[in-house]
Amino acid sequence: MAASPLDQIDVRLTERLLAAALEGGADYADLYFEYAAGAHFGFEDGQVKSVGKGVTLGLGVRVLKGDSTGYAYTEELAEDRMLEAARTAGRIAASGAAPGPVALTRVSVLDLYKIKDAPWDRPGQEKVEMLREADRAARAYDPRIIRVEVGWGESQKDVLVVTSDGKIARDFQPMVRFSVGAVAEEDGKRQTGRSAGAARRGMELIKMEGQSPTDHGIEAARLAIAMLSAQEAPAGTMEVVLGPGESGILLHEAVGHGLEADFNRKKTSNYTDMIGKSVASPLCTVVDDGTLMNARGSINVDDEGNPGRRNVLIENGILAAYMQDRISSKHFGIAASGNGRRESFRHEPLPRMTNTLMMAGQDDPQDIIKSVKKGVYAKNFSGGQVNISNGDFVFSLTESYLIEDGKITAPLKGVNLIGNGPDVLRKVVMVGNDFELSPGTWTCGKDGQSVPVGIGNPTIKISEITVGGTKTS
Amino acid sequence: MSAERRLPDPAACQRAAEQMLNYAMQAGADGAEVLVRDGAELELRLRLGETELIKEAGSRALGLRVLKDQRPAVTYTSDFTEEGLRQLARETVELASLAEADPFALLPDREIMARDIPELNLWDDEVPKLTVQDALDWTRRAEAAALARDKRITNSEGASFSRTVGATAFASSAGFSGGYRGTYASLSVQPIADDVDGKKRNGSWWTGGRFFARLDSPESVGQTAADRTLAQLGSQKVATCQVPVIFAPEAGRSLVGKLVGVTSGSAVWRKSTYLADREGTDIASALITLVDDPLLPGAPGSRPFDAEGLASRPNVIVDGGVLRTFLCDTYSARKLGRASTGSAGRGIGGGPHVSTTNLILRPGKTSKEGLEQVDEGFYITHLMGFGFNGTTGDFSQGASGFWIKNGVRVFPVSEVTISSSFDSLWKNVDALGDDLDTRSSVQVPSFRVSQMTIAGR
Repeated sequence: MAASPLDQIDVRLTERLLAAALEGGADYADLYFEYAAGAHFGFEDGQVKSVGKGVTLGLGVRVLKGDSTGYAYTEELAEDRMLEAARTAGRIAASGAAPGPVALTRVSVLDLYKIKDAPWDRPGQEKVEMLREADRAARAYDPRIIRVEVGWGESQKDVLVVTSDGKIARDFQPMVRFSVGAVAEEDGKRQTGRSAGAARRGMELIKMEGQSPTDHGIEAARLAIAMLSAQEAPAGTMEVVLGPGESGILLHEAVGHGLEADFNRKKTSNYTDMIGKSVASPLCTVVDDGTLMNARGSINVDDEGNPGRRNVLIENGILAAYMQDRISSKHFGIAASGNGRRESFRHEPLPRMTNTLMMAGQDDPQDIIKSVKKGVYAKNFSGGQVNISNGDFVFSLTESYLIEDGKITAPLKGVNLIGNGPDVLRKVVMVGNDFELSPGTWTCGKDGQSVPVGIGNPTIKISEITVGGTKTS
Repeated sequence: MSAERRLPDPAACQRAAEQMLNYAMQAGADGAEVLVRDGAELELRLRLGETELIKEAGSRALGLRVLKDQRPAVTYTSDFTEEGLRQLARETVELASLAEADPFALLPDREIMARDIPELNLWDDEVPKLTVQDALDWTRRAEAAALARDKRITNSEGASFSRTVGATAFASSAGFSGGYRGTYASLSVQPIADDVDGKKRNGSWWTGGRFFARLDSPESVGQTAADRTLAQLGSQKVATCQVPVIFAPEAGRSLVGKLVGVTSGSAVWRKSTYLADREGTDIASALITLVDDPLLPGAPGSRPFDAEGLASRPNVIVDGGVLRTFLCDTYSARKLGRASTGSAGRGIGGGPHVSTTNLILRPGKTSKEGLEQVDEGFYITHLMGFGFNGTTGDFSQGASGFWIKNGVRVFPVSEVTISSSFDSLWKNVDALGDDLDTRSSVQVPSFRVSQMTIAGR
């Protein structure tokens, strides 16, 4: 990012703001300055249909008194408005002695998202050409492709976190995404397919394997065409094999949310008080890793000023750790885990996932499929949801196939799987040696806040889970 | 920023919108539209009697859409300085040159722009006066009522109170400028009960509306939330089967939202709806009449004009099961060779799109008890997950609720899915409740579908 308004923020000013935030007697305060700029291009019906861009700038002030949070923000970075926000947030503490001033120390942050070719320095015409390339590839794949939509988005976020316990951290967070949607039509029946990629990279995203505009165009078209012959999915419990990569959505829903420390501090998660206990099959080792180079969910530093980390959540089936933000780590008396994230300066930090993954196992993926007599092979996924308290979760399959006598056979219509977190993870009976990180555009929602995340998985077999199809025999 | 902060002012927003419109035209736009929103929020969350979060802030932003040689571009900013606005106007006009000429990308015709701005009673003077203390009092009473309801209520995800006051203004070079303001307040409670198998059960309940005095009492919200939580104790999975399904309003609401999505003009010209060729035909049971009414006084979704400056008007989407009209903004209407239904919505960062205001599934005559008169059936209070493809009409979602035998709820059910084609779901509605839930901008009564597949054990 060339010139950022955050370059103007000097340390003396942040000290004055923190002092104002703490003057009512709070324990702790932090400042989150954010400057974000984004642009997008949309292509459909064979032409560039939409172009747009925008900028947001603001300051969020958070003040803590015990477990209570006061929060205020302003979009005007004039000192009087910032002081007003600091004092508003500080009202959470009605009395008491505030901590004295602490010398600010710059936090050394990771360097996980070097960009080779900054998109904001490239002409728009170059991006338009990528959109055209994907459109051509999708249409050329099969004459039954009747519609193609292509999108490119780029964003850059400059953040400055300053805390009253002396941390100062600056991070520059890029993100690019490319997506293609295709509609296929045959005999009056229509089907859709989608392919998308996102990463903390620049224009070089589209030079990565499988990520070129042509690759995404072909993949979206392939999926739409494949689904034209989809059959009704079965209903009931059966063996299910999840393909590698985006099936990590299972981890995100079945264990990820339940291991966010706020739910466990409040004892509202079904994983409460389970540290050290078995919560999954011994084949399962699950990590949340914010340190993968250029990955969508990676962070050099979290939004509370703590460096991103790799945290083992479940080790060989045993629950090892929760994901922490500041409030929860104080509550549990342990170190911050680099999971304090927020959507923007308008939002308070919460414990959030980064890239949530299961480590590869020993099995050959072909052997896993061969081991199934009658079941479902799940290849593409669109999203999921979990009820934290009882652990029930669902996730949606957009491409799946029947497995009959160890062979993948007929494609199935879109269907949901439903299960209960610990229950399903105990039924993981085979884990493939083919781990993949999904390159997709995953976004996680919690308490009305959206943050980019990554997911990854090897091929795994679940001995029994409910498949929500329509066919009951 | 709380009590002493100035109230969002539609007239000030309108002046800013008109100013930006001038800058955009001066920068060389053929046409432009400006949306300005100014709002102030107060949110308070309390858990087990302790304050968890108090959030207070004001926020103002402007969205600009320009057309230059039939090429659109959209930008947004929160920088309202004259220099900032002028620069954004110039950049937006430049940006439009990257788009390609689209003969359908035109502003609405001048003669159909809204002339009058009806007074819809969207503002309550009491709402901006609500203080942190009021919010604290309400959340405390609501949560206390939930915790006191039954000793099996052992924990809480907390109670939350929020209020927003906001002003919206819109100006278009097609010949419109106007603004309005509104208020909204809501309270929700989420108690937790421990179940025998170590699982926790959560339920929730809420009240909300534009007028503070019309909210349900905190005590009744807390008690209902507790009752809903307790009712789930002992939830079990049922065997895979096909039975009649009854949707409570809080579950049916999302189905109605999906139905209106597949009757949207933008989905029709994109052929991304299974209803693309079905206008004028039966798409649902004769019991189903679905209306979008932006002019309901005091309702949560009401608006005096749409996001392109057209007069708001009620639209009957489905009448006795027959699909009467696709909802359209100006672009989708032009693509389909027809007139806009005044249904444009818009966010600050995007262009116009088809949206609904107060979407109402007209209630029927069957009592709640009458709906449950089935030999065996599934009464659904909660749906989970995505599981809907509008292009094909395939529908499959996670569900929880109660099992019904001989007209009586016999045990709670969770961890199952329901599925059907969306087309047969709506055609198989065989009873419609008289219990319209008017709290939100999607108003739905309970209704029954004669048969769906339940996937479970």
